[in-house]
Amino acid sequence: MSERPYTLRRGLYVVGQGIRRAPATFAVAVVGSFLYGVMTAGTAWVLGRVTAQVITPTFRTRHLDVGALGRGVGLMAAVVLVLVVGVVLRRVAAGRMMYDLGALYRREVTAQYLRLPLSWHARHPTGQLLSNANADVEATWQVFGPLPMAIGVVVMLVVASVAMVLADPVLALIGLGVFPVVFVVNVLFQRSMSPRATLAQQLRADVSDVAHESFEAAVLVKAMGREAAETRRFAAVSHRLRAANVEVGRMRGVFDPLMEAIPSLGVLAVLGVGASRVASGATTAADVVQVAYLFSLLAFPVRALGWVLGELPRSVVGWERVDAVLRAEGALGYGDTALRGAGAAAVAFAHVDYAHVDAEGRALPALQDVTFEVAPGRTVAVVGPTGSGKSTLAALLLRLVDPDRGVVTLDGVDLAALPQGALARAVALVAQQTFVFDDSVRGNITLGDPALHDDDDRRVWAALRLAQADDFVAALPHGLDTAVGERGTTLSGGQRQRLALARALVRRPRLLVLDDATSAVDPHVEAAILAGLRAGTQGATVLLVAHRKATIALADTVVHLEHGRVVGQGTHADLSARSAAYRNLVDAYEREAAERADGQRAPVLGPDAEVSA
Amino acid sequence: MSVTAQARHIGAGAVPGMLATLRRGVQFSPELRQGLGVTLLLAVVATAGRIVVPFAVQQTIDRGLRAPGGPDARAVSGLLVGAAVLVALTAVCAFFVNLRLFRATEGGLATLRIGAFRHVHDLSVLTQNTERRGSLVSRVTSDVDTISNFVQFGGLLLIMSTLQLSVATALMLVYSPLLTAVVWACFLPVFLLARPMQRSVSAAYGAVRERVGGVLSAVSESVVGASTIRAYAVERRTAQRVDAAVEAHRKAAVRAQTRVALTFSAGVLVSGLVSVMVVLVGTWRGANGHLTLGELLAFLFLVQLFTGPVQVGTEVLNEMQNAVAGWRRVLAVVDTPADVADPGDTGVLLPRGPITVRFDHVSYAYPGGPTVLHDIDLVIEPASRVAIVGETGSGKTTFAKLLARLMDPSTGRVLLDDVDLRRVRFSCLRERVVLVPQEGFLFDASLLANVRFARPQATEQEVRLAFTELGLADWLDGLPRGLDTAVGQRGESMSAGERQLVALARAYLADPDLLVLDEATSAVDPATEVRIQRALDGLTRGRTAISIAHRLATAEAADEVIVVDAGRVVERGPARELVAAGGVYARLHASWAAAASR
Repeated sequence: MSERPYTLRRGLYVVGQGIRRAPATFAVAVVGSFLYGVMTAGTAWVLGRVTAQVITPTFRTRHLDVGALGRGVGLMAAVVLVLVVGVVLRRVAAGRMMYDLGALYRREVTAQYLRLPLSWHARHPTGQLLSNANADVEATWQVFGPLPMAIGVVVMLVVASVAMVLADPVLALIGLGVFPVVFVVNVLFQRSMSPRATLAQQLRADVSDVAHESFEAAVLVKAMGREAAETRRFAAVSHRLRAANVEVGRMRGVFDPLMEAIPSLGVLAVLGVGASRVASGATTAADVVQVAYLFSLLAFPVRALGWVLGELPRSVVGWERVDAVLRAEGALGYGDTALRGAGAAAVAFAHVDYAHVDAEGRALPALQDVTFEVAPGRTVAVVGPTGSGKSTLAALLLRLVDPDRGVVTLDGVDLAALPQGALARAVALVAQQTFVFDDSVRGNITLGDPALHDDDDRRVWAALRLAQADDFVAALPHGLDTAVGERGTTLSGGQRQRLALARALVRRPRLLVLDDATSAVDPHVEAAILAGLRAGTQGATVLLVAHRKATIALADTVVHLEHGRVVGQGTHADLSARSAAYRNLVDAYEREAAERADGQRAPVLGPDAEVSA
Repeated sequence: MSVTAQARHIGAGAVPGMLATLRRGVQFSPELRQGLGVTLLLAVVATAGRIVVPFAVQQTIDRGLRAPGGPDARAVSGLLVGAAVLVALTAVCAFFVNLRLFRATEGGLATLRIGAFRHVHDLSVLTQNTERRGSLVSRVTSDVDTISNFVQFGGLLLIMSTLQLSVATALMLVYSPLLTAVVWACFLPVFLLARPMQRSVSAAYGAVRERVGGVLSAVSESVVGASTIRAYAVERRTAQRVDAAVEAHRKAAVRAQTRVALTFSAGVLVSGLVSVMVVLVGTWRGANGHLTLGELLAFLFLVQLFTGPVQVGTEVLNEMQNAVAGWRRVLAVVDTPADVADPGDTGVLLPRGPITVRFDHVSYAYPGGPTVLHDIDLVIEPASRVAIVGETGSGKTTFAKLLARLMDPSTGRVLLDDVDLRRVRFSCLRERVVLVPQEGFLFDASLLANVRFARPQATEQEVRLAFTELGLADWLDGLPRGLDTAVGQRGESMSAGERQLVALARAYLADPDLLVLDEATSAVDPATEVRIQRALDGLTRGRTAISIAHRLATAEAADEVIVVDAGRVVERGPARELVAAGGVYARLHASWAAAASR
């Protein structure tokens, strides 16, 4: 990922974006900061006055004017109280700002994930997308933590400058000289800090990537005994992050002490110059004390400027990443042609090409010039060897991807011309690999569609029965309300598949797409499901990706795919008679069984058993 | 001997207190302690340097501005130059404190991160499944980052603040014990209230961290489940779920932040009031001649040195709560006992060669669930090829998992060559026994790298040979980029069937003595499956091979079929004998045959 170099301007731009999104909260924070800034400087001013008018005379005359002391102390206390109000407002508003913005952008980034096409998803690692929605959003708005404080400091500096000029213009000059130095040091710091911060942030995402992938592969890692190798892989990226963080630390190590030393040196300079000015009668001890006290008051808060400037590069990096997601284009366009028909739908592919694009942007052709039609209410089986493009074909029907060339139509309407949601209402897919939500069984089937919620879950149970899933669901501890866990880990592969099947059937789709949807269930369960489908889907056109003869037998016609091209169409009997390749594919089990039977006399495992068929 | 199978929940049991967590944390990452003495010494110097300014103020006023013979500028110049040198020295020390602290903590946290990562892999599959993946990831990423942020920013401040507090108190005592008592009296309530306040803040941060896990989980669903969400057009519902998780996190975070703000403001209030009290009491003492003006003003500067740390301290202690919560979560991983543990160096090494498998009265129940395997007692001869068949839910996959020791039996023993699996060293076990699951995981890398996962030192030639031997050379040649094909995340650029082919090649390359195939070819086309089956016939010669089968062809190809029904072995023998016997297998066979011929 190429990132533009950090500049203060772009940092301020990000801050501006934040303010634009939460102006009211920011205003409260600014008011709080303002009170805080004015009152902090006010503390020194009041102290100076009390020193001049009460303390110094008292120490000189050894006589205590109780009334004057009371007034002075009362004023000090009032300043403190207003100051505290300012601090509360500032901090509460700053926190709100940070978290409101974080929540806002998390929602927007996720909304974008839900909008962007799957081809975009395929090009972006999961870990990175998770990091965009979490760490990067957080990094972007973290700056609003110290920002109001920094604004308060700026106010404080202005007020302090005025107070110093009023106390003694010459001493004020020292102050006016020191603060620009502080600012320059800050800027220099940001310049050298930003590339280091960027690197650390990138490495943090890498660490997350490796951890995510490795934990998803946990069973494989265990089964292959690769724990140590995986740990080495993770350790390598962790150590790179460690080194990057130490570099960040080195920079801070230079910066923080400098920021502390500069105001201290300023105080000493004030004392030195002040002493000679008091000696020459140009100013009073009280003024020197006030200016020196101002310096010591400012010594700590001034660093808030540094915190903000220190956070800005991280903010900008986070923003860049978040913004890249928010600005990503290629969301599927939708049309406004309504689907008029009811009942089973007609499907047609016309000269469809599709190529997967890998992360490096290379095209890997998956389907070429695919043309076929399915009449309403018919069942078509798509048959072909592993990797011939069957699942891609199913994905095109659901518009999970759009063809590079050609059109896919439903009832004669180009899928791309349908309004959003229309396709999903008409077509249901049961994918080869099912995805189960971290929800109840019922939630996984209805997916929150209110139309599917009836009083006694009649439709849900009917769909479960059709999917041969009613028995196991009824046996679950809480029936339909049983939570299935993240990715449905509490269910077996076959159970997940039947749940997904019920999810499709409950919608009574006009086109049902089954992508090898019964691969994980037992044959007799499959047979029962298929029988149910035959009886229960008269209102639907069915396209099924099939391997087994029993499944193929459900179909009226067969589309035979090889290397992404349609090499034959017709009934099963027709293709069996015509095509050797088709026979070879479909009859493999029978042939195998027959050969095995022949081979009973000679041991199957004999030394001359054929290895490559 | 019996061991109760149990999924341990990470962090189950008593929640360790702050000190216990810190102690355990430092113990796990000894780097944190390395050179700490020198760092603290430098920190003392860096902190002590901070009293230079108040001291210079007092000296300047009493010896210069209010010198007995009138203001004397020359008397203070030497003093001020000396003070400036000390300030510079302080800065240099502070630099080294920073650098040393960063090095030590980053080193220590890398150890923690890597240790926790490793331990996640050492936990049993069951324990891993008690936790969301996103939450496991956050334990080795954001939780560790929280600690690192704290130690490097807050931790340093905490050390310096504590020192500063002591130094300031000592100096204040020198100037005026009475005023010091006033200052401490004012701060006493702050110190006393600190603990309950911290506890409330800590609870709030605990809630925040939990919600972060929820957000990660919800977001990951929207990323990993993207195609299902798209296919069912449930974008809005998914967005609502994400929004709910995000909102719950925001609320918790704002609540925590508000508590912190109030705590901090209380500190500011007290600090301000302390200055007021010092002026009040100090002026009274001055009127009585017990204090010079310089001393009182120096004292006011010292109060700054004192209140600074108290304010920062409350702040940092809050941050620390957050960090400790994170630390606790990471350490909870490390301290969750690996329930399926590697016996390590004390373990047995099995010699190479075909393996005899024995189940000695094995039963298994998932934690809190019904028993899925009942008293399985059988021997599988070396170099035999066995198919396990049975209906979904009959316990076949549990059988496979026990064989590969992904779990340990609830009662009974699984023995390889008469050695209890629990006594076999993992390095040896994983070499000798390979399980090919139904859904093989692929890494986002090339085909070559994915197959090599089994044996990283394998040459490209060997990988190619693996495909050829499995009868998959044609398929490989059909891929435009061959072994360099990028498989995409989780292998999603390939079809499910293709992923299974890669997983098989991987297992072939691993060259085990016991191969366990759990419906490893369920998603490939019949012709390819038959081809692989035949290839495996050849390849499994000389090894023990156990296939969980759901197709006739696989069962028929085996020397022997073991039929599992409702968690018990009900039949066993060559396929055709079982068909003839007319039992459970015969029924299954009939339904398969019917399905195949229809």
